[in-house]
Amino acid sequence: MNGNGGLPPSRLRPADLFRVATAGLRTRRLRAGLSALGIAIGVAALVAVLGLSASSSAGLLAQIDRLGTNLLTATSGSSITGDAAKMPVAAASMIGRIPPVTAVAQTGETGQSVYRTPLIPKIQTGGISVKAASIGLPQTVGTRVVSGRYLNAATERQPVAVLGAQAAKQLGFGQVTGGQKVWIGNHWFYLAGILAADPLAPEIDSSVLVGFPAAEKYLDFDGHPGELYVRAVVDQVQAVQGVLAATANPESPSEITVSQPSAALVARAQASSTLTSLFLGLGAVALLVGGVGVANIMVISVLERRGEIGLRRALGSTRAHIRVQFLGEALLLSVLGGAAGVLFGAAATWIYAATRGWAVVVPPLAWAGGLAASLVIGGVAGLLPAIRAARMPPTEALRTL
Amino acid sequence: MTAAAVLELAGVTKTYPGSPPVEALRGVDLTVRDGEMLAIAGPSGSGKSTLLHVIGTLDRPTSGTVRVTGLAVAELSDQRLAALRAYRIGFVFQQFHLTEHATLLDNVGNGLLYAGVPVAERRRLATEALDRVGLADRAQARPTMLSGGQRQRVAIARALVGRPSIVLADEPTGNLDSRTGASIIELLLDLHASGSTIVVITHDTALADRMPRRVDVLDGRIVADNAVAPNGDTLVARR
Repeated sequence: MNGNGGLPPSRLRPADLFRVATAGLRTRRLRAGLSALGIAIGVAALVAVLGLSASSSAGLLAQIDRLGTNLLTATSGSSITGDAAKMPVAAASMIGRIPPVTAVAQTGETGQSVYRTPLIPKIQTGGISVKAASIGLPQTVGTRVVSGRYLNAATERQPVAVLGAQAAKQLGFGQVTGGQKVWIGNHWFYLAGILAADPLAPEIDSSVLVGFPAAEKYLDFDGHPGELYVRAVVDQVQAVQGVLAATANPESPSEITVSQPSAALVARAQASSTLTSLFLGLGAVALLVGGVGVANIMVISVLERRGEIGLRRALGSTRAHIRVQFLGEALLLSVLGGAAGVLFGAAATWIYAATRGWAVVVPPLAWAGGLAASLVIGGVAGLLPAIRAARMPPTEALRTL
Repeated sequence: MTAAAVLELAGVTKTYPGSPPVEALRGVDLTVRDGEMLAIAGPSGSGKSTLLHVIGTLDRPTSGTVRVTGLAVAELSDQRLAALRAYRIGFVFQQFHLTEHATLLDNVGNGLLYAGVPVAERRRLATEALDRVGLADRAQARPTMLSGGQRQRVAIARALVGRPSIVLADEPTGNLDSRTGASIIELLLDLHASGSTIVVITHDTALADRMPRRVDVLDGRIVADNAVAPNGDTLVARR
């Protein structure tokens, strides 16, 4: 006999360790499933929240891409004295002469209100403003007509109106059927079309648009534009933005507010809302509770399986073998839960994004983070029960049966 | 020629702390040689269970020396003791301790789990061991489908599968009716006849009398050993 008495060390093959660690789960499926469910719900919440916010950002950015980032607006603000400032009537044509500008459209506030009939009290304006609008507005802003048609060179001189999406909904028009009319400033205006909602110019959504000549003729409109919509060559947008105010109102450029509507949308797409943080927090709490569930199940399992532990020690397992068996079981339980959670979360993201027409984005941080979190939680939850199982004296484990 | 000692106990005591402390073993000397079969008999509370745990290296004595296959238990780390159990000691328990959801083949194969034997080889050896206890045709059955006697045969096969130097059977007939118990004793005697070293712990004196050697334990001491003459000479060393 040599130094170790010819006795090889006790050892458990990796494949056998896997077999042993899964045995407890395979024989107590319901229990394993329920405790894994806790982890799954937590991870699913995290993945879904991160996935949905990423997908919605992606959706918004895709929309911005479609709408273009080269739209600028120039709005007349208020003068130094606080009165509503007025842009020169010729502002649009002056801006049209800036070389990189490809399209200009204008609207002007008529100060009138719109009603379904003359019988409705004047005070019930519904918050809808009546604006004079130029013929090129939909093309410039990038919106389309969902029903009927927009103003043209003929109808802009007639008592004809086009409704923004929100205004149409509020007035109760679903589509243009012919012969529909609205009451504006003591005149009937015939309904020509309804516009689609426009994310870049939401103020148009809640407006009723009439032609500039018609507004001047029927509504005592002074012809001064309130807002200019300008499309510029993409790489010249900054340059155009710089000269827009001075060109629109050379006398008092400070009364003009110039903005790039897509910038606000981009900022919105990149901002993570407080709601997202709240749901992430809730997901983390669910994950923590799931971890406590796994720890609880493992503690009970160790107590119940004293006989098994005693038998394994008698069969020659070391304490380390017992420890790694129970730790492995907790890790498996928790990682299975985590993997299921990632699948649930990704499925929820996929379904929601599909209904919204967004691209499905499940960021790596979400699924890798979910799996990693479940791994860590399983390890922490399993450590104490595993140590207790390993410390149990074999005689005690065998006696209590 | 005298066979090698598989088990040597000298002056073994075991005291459980408490007030007053319980002296479960009070100086036990015992030698078991290769190929022997003996019963350790005694009423409950005699210390025979403690003796089994000490022999099986599941517990360490308070004082005295225990050698299993020549290795002094006191000098071995917990890991080395585990290895000793994995390779050289086979256990048979009163409550069988079978895994209910595993086949008989895998239950028996588990006897080699911590010896690092690959599963295919375990199953091959388990088939042989099941054959030795007469259950070769039930290899794919599960313990819940078996009678108590059959379950104990499976447990015996598990103890034998690694060809240990010594098999320790703790009340192997304790949960069985007398006829089934008798057949288990027959099986153990057969296994002994084919070379296994077997120690049976029992409170059943009739059963103990059927063994080639009988050691009586009372109050933590060996009070009779029909293999040892009063002068210490070994009378029955070989079968």
